Amino acid sequence: MRINEELEIIQPSKLAVEQVSKRFRGRSGEVHALESVSLKIAEGDFVCLVGPSGCGKSTLLNIIAGLEKPDSGRVLADGKPVSEPGRDRMVMFQESALFPWLDVLGNVMFGLKLKPNLNNRERREVALFYLKLVGLEKFVHANVHELSGGMRQRAALARALAPNPRVLLMDEPFAALDALTREQLYGDIQKIWEVRKKTIVFVTHNVREAACLGNRVILFSPNPGRIREEFTVDLERPRDINSVALASYSSRITAAPTGFFNGEDVSE
Amino acid sequence: MRRSLSSVLFFVLLLFIWHLMVRSGKWSVVLLPDPQSVGEYLWGAGKDGTLWQASLVTMRRLLIGYFTGIALGLPLGLLTARFKFCEDTIGVLALGLQTLPSVCWVPLALLWFGQTETAMLFVVVMGTLWSMIIATDNGVRNVPPIYARAARTMGSRQMHTWLSVILPASLPFIVSGMKQGWAFAWRSLMAAEIFVTILTGFGLGQLLHYGRELNAMEQVIGIMVVIVIIGLLADKILFSPWERFLHRRWGTGRS
Repeated sequence: MRINEELEIIQPSKLAVEQVSKRFRGRSGEVHALESVSLKIAEGDFVCLVGPSGCGKSTLLNIIAGLEKPDSGRVLADGKPVSEPGRDRMVMFQESALFPWLDVLGNVMFGLKLKPNLNNRERREVALFYLKLVGLEKFVHANVHELSGGMRQRAALARALAPNPRVLLMDEPFAALDALTREQLYGDIQKIWEVRKKTIVFVTHNVREAACLGNRVILFSPNPGRIREEFTVDLERPRDINSVALASYSSRITAAPTGFFNGEDVSE
Repeated sequence: MRRSLSSVLFFVLLLFIWHLMVRSGKWSVVLLPDPQSVGEYLWGAGKDGTLWQASLVTMRRLLIGYFTGIALGLPLGLLTARFKFCEDTIGVLALGLQTLPSVCWVPLALLWFGQTETAMLFVVVMGTLWSMIIATDNGVRNVPPIYARAARTMGSRQMHTWLSVILPASLPFIVSGMKQGWAFAWRSLMAAEIFVTILTGFGLGQLLHYGRELNAMEQVIGIMVVIVIIGLLADKILFSPWERFLHRRWGTGRS
């Protein structure tokens, strides 16, 4: 009974980024990562933040996650200001960040163990549900080092989904994978988004990937990090990254900031 | 099977060479006893209980001292890794004292505690503690920060993060630190036992020492064999299971 409650499809939250600025002091002087960035993301939306490295898109994701604090401005999740990380906003990183001392199931159960309303049998059941959803049901007891890169990211996805967050924040989760594995995961993530109804914020430097996944594509420009332009992609899902229609979207997005992408490989 | 067979054959061959060296008559049997007389000593000392008694006394000193050292060193290592202040104080102290062979503590320990068990324990703790602090500190510093970040997003906070993320993530370093601590403790205890007689119990080191005083080289060699065997057993019982676990999980080493 509690299991059903736990696995229930919950209302995804809306996010509001209000006038967020952030500077870092590094060895090579000050980096202006974000300058008064504002953004509204609707419930259940799939938004891709795209731009060259150093444009502050990952910083913005970390601020939404609550892992970093903005110098000024604020982020609201369902109207409530974000001050620290929370299980309502789960993060997936570029490296899987799976814990090597736990097996796959142990990793997925890690976040569930911090939920006091579940007992261990229920946690296990919830974890198995998500491992099945990402297609890892045969690798429940595998060690992390035994998984391929793609399987690691699936496990990390299951771990992020397990606490049933309202928002999924993904920081270039597929950047380190080979092209074939990545294309498979494009299909999977679209399917999971449709089944589990999450608000997804997806950071990438790959324009084509952004056009393939997002309902909206937000283009950032660096120094200082700002939103340059916004695109709406209204193609049917599931989308195929190799389709011609998609290519025309991505070339439109790439063409927008002519001059900004010089020397930056955005098309892959 | 084939590998253990070659091990056995190797040691039989060693014994045989040793036996031949004694038979050649080049060295006095007082200096180089026959393996057989070593065996006879071990058998006799095992039968009348002196060997077991001494091993028990030594093991007790070692285990109590060792685990005290671990129990103190682990939290101190966590503190030096977490707080700059502890790093600049305890951390520096540990770094310095780790270079000091702990047998150097024996004269002080005797003056402070007299010829007591406490003096022995003190020497063993000094052998374990510092390397444990340094290994733990080093382990924590080598944990990829992304683990703690990921744990925070899953709702892990302060104490929970330390106990269920930082600590297990630094296990490979901690276990190798424990192994090093064990080696230091074992060596320092043997040195201390040979060096001083403690009236509350005769350990293996003391038996070895009396073997020398009585010119009974078969006793000296016999005790050396026992010391080696205890060292090997400790490795197999205390550390092998941990190391196998680490290798399996982390995918390191040969499995």
